[in-house]
This record gives sequence, C-alpha cells and structure tokens, in this order.
Amino acid sequence: MNAIAPNIAETDRLRLAPGVMLRNDRRRGQWMLMGPERLLVLDEMALAVVRACVGTEVADVAAGIDRLTVEYDAPRTEVAADVLEMLTDLRNKGYVVT
Amino acid sequence: MSCALPAFAASSAAEPAPPFAVLMELTHRCPLRCPYCSNPVALESASAELDTATWKRVLDEAADAGALQVHFSGGEPCVRKDLEELVAHATEIGLYSNLITSAVLLDQPLLERLQRAGLQHVQISLQDAEATGADRVGGFKGGHVKKLEVARAVVRQGMALTINAVLHRHNIDRVNDVIDLAMDLGAGRIEIANVQYYGWALANRAALMPSREQLLAMDAAVRARLPELAGRIVVDYVVPDYYARRPKSCMGGWARRFINITPRGRVLPCHAAETIPGMTFETVHDRSLSDIWRDGPAFARYRGTDWMPEPCQSCDHKEEDWGGCRCQALALAGSADAADPVCELSPAHAEVAVLRDRDAAALGTEWTYRGL
Ligand code: SF4
Ligand code: SF4
Repeated sequence: MNAIAPNIAETDRLRLAPGVMLRNDRRRGQWMLMGPERLLVLDEMALAVVRACVGTEVADVAAGIDRLTVEYDAPRTEVAADVLEMLTDLRNKGYVVT
Repeated sequence: MSCALPAFAASSAAEPAPPFAVLMELTHRCPLRCPYCSNPVALESASAELDTATWKRVLDEAADAGALQVHFSGGEPCVRKDLEELVAHATEIGLYSNLITSAVLLDQPLLERLQRAGLQHVQISLQDAEATGADRVGGFKGGHVKKLEVARAVVRQGMALTINAVLHRHNIDRVNDVIDLAMDLGAGRIEIANVQYYGWALANRAALMPSREQLLAMDAAVRARLPELAGRIVVDYVVPDYYARRPKSCMGGWARRFINITPRGRVLPCHAAETIPGMTFETVHDRSLSDIWRDGPAFARYRGTDWMPEPCQSCDHKEEDWGGCRCQALALAGSADAADPVCELSPAHAEVAVLRDRDAAALGTEWTYRGL
C-alpha cells in the first residue's frame, strides 16, 4: 500500500465518513460538515456539491455532476473538474469516504 | 488540539466570536498512570467533582455560548456512571459529542449505549504499538490489548475512531508501527502527538525527551508516508515543540476556540492554565459560561494580540500562532507574558535547546507515574 490514493472519480459512490454530519448552525447562519473534533464551514457551492454528490441516495458522482451542470447551467467538463477536485479534498480531509 | 478550524468571525474585545467546543474534564480519576499525563500534578479528588445536574447545566450553557461540540475527557471519563446520561443530554441540545478515553473501562454494551445516546466519535490513546511497552508506560497490565478490542468495536459500530499516539523517548522509534496499527484498526484519523511538557510530563521531562536523532528519524518517517496516507487516514502531526523553530497556536489561540472545565468546575482557557500564577479563575458556580467566555479575567488576559510583548507585537505571524503557548512561556521563559521560547525569535530560545539536550541525554532516568 505505497501507492498514492487515486483522486475521486465519476464512478465513485460517496457517503459521509463515520461521525460526520451536515448541519446548519442557525446562530452563525452557516452550513457545515461536523466531524470528529473538527468542522468545515461550507460555502454555497460546497454545500451544493455535497448535496448533489454525497449520500446513499446518490447513484454515483457522475449523477451529481449531471445535476449540478443543469442547476448551474455551466459546461459539464468545467463542473466535473471543480467537483472532483473538491470531493478529493473532502475525502483527504476525512469528511467523505467511498 | 491540532485540528484546523475556521474562524467564524472577526472577534472584537467587546464581543469575542463564540467558542467552538467545550472540553469537559469530568474527572481526574483514571486507571492508567501515564507519566506524561496532562492533568495537573495536584489531581482533583472524586468528592470534588461536579454532580450530574451541574454538568447538564454546564452543557446547556456551553450550547448557549455557541459551542458546537463537547469533548468528554478526563482523566478517564468512563469512570463517571453518568457518562451516558450526559452524552444523551448533549445530543438533545444539539451538541456533537466526542469521547476522549483510554478505553480500558469500555466494552461493547457500554459503547452501544453511548452510541444510542448520540456519541459520534471515540478517541483512544495508545501508549505504544506493542503491548509490553504500552502497558509499562500506562502502568496498567492488559491495557493495550483491551484498547485494541474496544477500538475495533468502535469501528464495527460505525462510529468515528481516532487513535491518539503520544510519542517520547521510549516509543518514538516505532512510529511506523503505530501508524500501521491505526490503519489496521480502521481509524479514520491518527494524532501523532509528541509529549507536551506540562503537568506530569514536565516533572518527567528527563525520562521522556527523545534525542535529536530519534526525532529526525521519526519526522522523516512520517513525512515520507504522508502522501500514501492521504485519503486513507487523516493524519494530525505536529512537530514536537522543543525541536521546533516556531511555536504552535496553542488551543487555536487563547480563548478563541475552547473552554476547558475541570472536574470541580473551574473554567479555564486551557487545561494547563492553572499553573500560571496570578490568574483568577471563575467556576461554573460564579457566572454563566457566556459571561465567563466574554470577559472573564482569565480569558481576557491573553486573548487576541493586545497583551503581546516583542518580538510578537511586531511579528507577521502573531495572528497565526498567537504567540504560542502561555504555559510553555511560563515553564521555559519564567513568565506567561513572554513569547513562547519555542520561537527562534524569542530571547529565551537558546535556553530551550540547552534544557532539551540535557534532558535528552539523561538516559536511564526513571519516570514517576502519575498518582495521588
Ligand atoms: S494521559 Fe494516561 S493517565 Fe492521564 S488521563 Fe490519559 S490515560 Fe489517564
Ligand atoms: S515572534 Fe511571537 S508571533 Fe512571531 S512567530 Fe514567534 S511566537 Fe509567533
């Protein structure tokens, strides 16, 4: 196991890592991923990506990218590049798992 | 605490941003006797501990103050019979619960009850990668094997597991084995910590300080593995203070992220703050946590940058490391008002290397186990 973990791909299915939950903190007016001794504040884009691409009800990452492409009316290749980068980062930080 | 947390808002002296988490030291009791325990040398007795109703009120006040998470710690929090009840209360009021434990008092039924009460995350300390050394450091026979069992049960039940490994002279050479073990256990995260020399650890520094060679080998080993570990396990790794050139931001900055509450209810900006002379600490019986957080004298004293002397005051890093650790400044520079001497810009920095090298060379020094 010396290889570097591959980036998240469109065929991956993602869920929140154990102990991670999506929360809205009304007091601060922010959405966040709450996890073990940590949290990550999500901006509007990150929230949309998590909602579209993460969870047992999502077929795979590709389906989430399709949805975001429609929602944001943007070229799919650009959306895909941004989304995969963000998801890989979330995976590396331990918030989502395959 | 080494987690990267966002600052929620710019804080002003009048109204600081709310705390992120409350660390509740439910008790100082613990079946283990680690010589580097961060509890104070004068441990608080069981009879002084807050009762269940008071801890629940403290949880309510923490949520009111804006805290999002609670860390149930100690000592060993599982010695408290009301742990499950407190976790349930935290869950009810919307706080995220972490359990910081030695695990030796946990078993599957209790874990299941805690999970039902809403516990999300269990952090288990390992004293070494192998049983003999681990049990010797913890001063508790059979502890290591028990910890591994509990760790597997945590993962099986779908809770988050963090392995906390504290490194020192006697186990630092096995850092790779500790990482392998954490991966094998299915931990989502590993804290590769080095002993921080407060409390018991300060008294035992000459028995624990690793050598420069050990340190460099460990550091190289960890850094070499970070790329392969990315995406597989989250690694929180901090270079040990006494070998660093710049200090860490202790607790994410004094009175910026955390409130620490001792077993008897003293409200502290950090768990070692009581070592600082001339500080006034309020208790949970005096005022609400919101009030104490906002303008309690101990919190206000080193919050932000106004208190800073040179070289910090004119330094570009002052809002990154907040001048380092106040307790370490006290221990090493003789004053909690000074820059953390771990910083190479501190006038007392050279002294750190002298102390470190002297203690690292004191091979054969026996440690004193923590105890009453
Ligand atoms: S450091 Fe060791 S002795 Fe201290 S509370 Fe943790 S397990 Fe117990
Ligand atoms: S001078 Fe002070 S603020 Fe600057 S790096 Fe050193 S400790 Fe940090």
